[in-house]
Amino acid sequence: MSSDSHAAPAHGHDGHGESHAAGPSHGTLRSYLVGFVLSVILTAVPFWLVMARPIASNEITAVAIMAFAVVQIVVHMIYFLHMDFHSEGGWTMMALIFTLVIVFIALSGSLWVMYHLDTNMMPGQTMGQAP
Amino acid sequence: MTTALSTAKVEQGATIFHLAEDHHQEEGSSTLLGFWIYLMSDCLIFAVLFATYGVLGGNFAAGPGPKDLFELPLVALNTSMLLFSSITYGFAMLTMAQGRVAATQIWLAVTGLFGLAFLSIELYEFTHMFHIGATPQRSAFLSSFFTLVGTHGLHVTFGTIWLITLMVQVGRYGLIAANRRRLTCLSMFWHFLDVIWIGVFTFVYLMGMLR
Repeated sequence: MSSDSHAAPAHGHDGHGESHAAGPSHGTLRSYLVGFVLSVILTAVPFWLVMARPIASNEITAVAIMAFAVVQIVVHMIYFLHMDFHSEGGWTMMALIFTLVIVFIALSGSLWVMYHLDTNMMPGQTMGQAP
Repeated sequence: MTTALSTAKVEQGATIFHLAEDHHQEEGSSTLLGFWIYLMSDCLIFAVLFATYGVLGGNFAAGPGPKDLFELPLVALNTSMLLFSSITYGFAMLTMAQGRVAATQIWLAVTGLFGLAFLSIELYEFTHMFHIGATPQRSAFLSSFFTLVGTHGLHVTFGTIWLITLMVQVGRYGLIAANRRRLTCLSMFWHFLDVIWIGVFTFVYLMGMLR
């Protein structure tokens, strides 16, 4: 990206220049604005889906707003956090992928195990469970 | 391993057991990667809190549920505050890259005000919930709700304190390399909190209204 152009005069003594390419890019005005507009749309639509209820089905609405959330998280990662495969020699992306795997295991595992525990192991409990 | 190294170096006349060119680490050159790994560990904290809320979020104990407590217009306002603070912090980073101290300070101040607005709205929401008896002790749903949303709120609080600290730093020392590095770290922290908030408003508030 163009991040090196402003960094170069600040650290003119740096001969090999590799440590600069490793730093994160700051993005451009355009990339921030694109990210912002996309975020506003990706936020407004799920709120509209729940507040105005154009889709009657609860399940379809839930899947739709989750999909919007996933897309918006990716938009934030790219346009605001400047994630790519080459910053810090690819290690930020490695750490992110590893974390996402752990997050997926923790979330899906907890929900799966506890759901089955709830439905199979607690007969006749009157805990005010939701349907 | 050692024998291979020493045989490789034996033609040069001396055996070298360390990498001669490695100790020229520039100050702070690994800070951003280290901070990113901290953020990932923070991400795991939130993942666990989300999982807890996912498991306990339906246990109302005959108390108030999401539909009785959540006001989506307020949440939408809160979300927009955080979104605006993200773009203004982006502007602060852009002006920082150009070396414009005054403009950077102004954008940082605007970001801080949006952060404070977010916290005020959240505190208003919490006090309202406490007022009608929806305290963390009321049900497992409310315990997990306050833990998850409260942890995010605490992060924003500390982010705001950090932001004010950096404004003082920039005011005193200008946009030196160390301050640029710190501002970049806070930038990652701030945008990361916005990413977590996407999960909160989708998973807690919007899904709560669908339950």
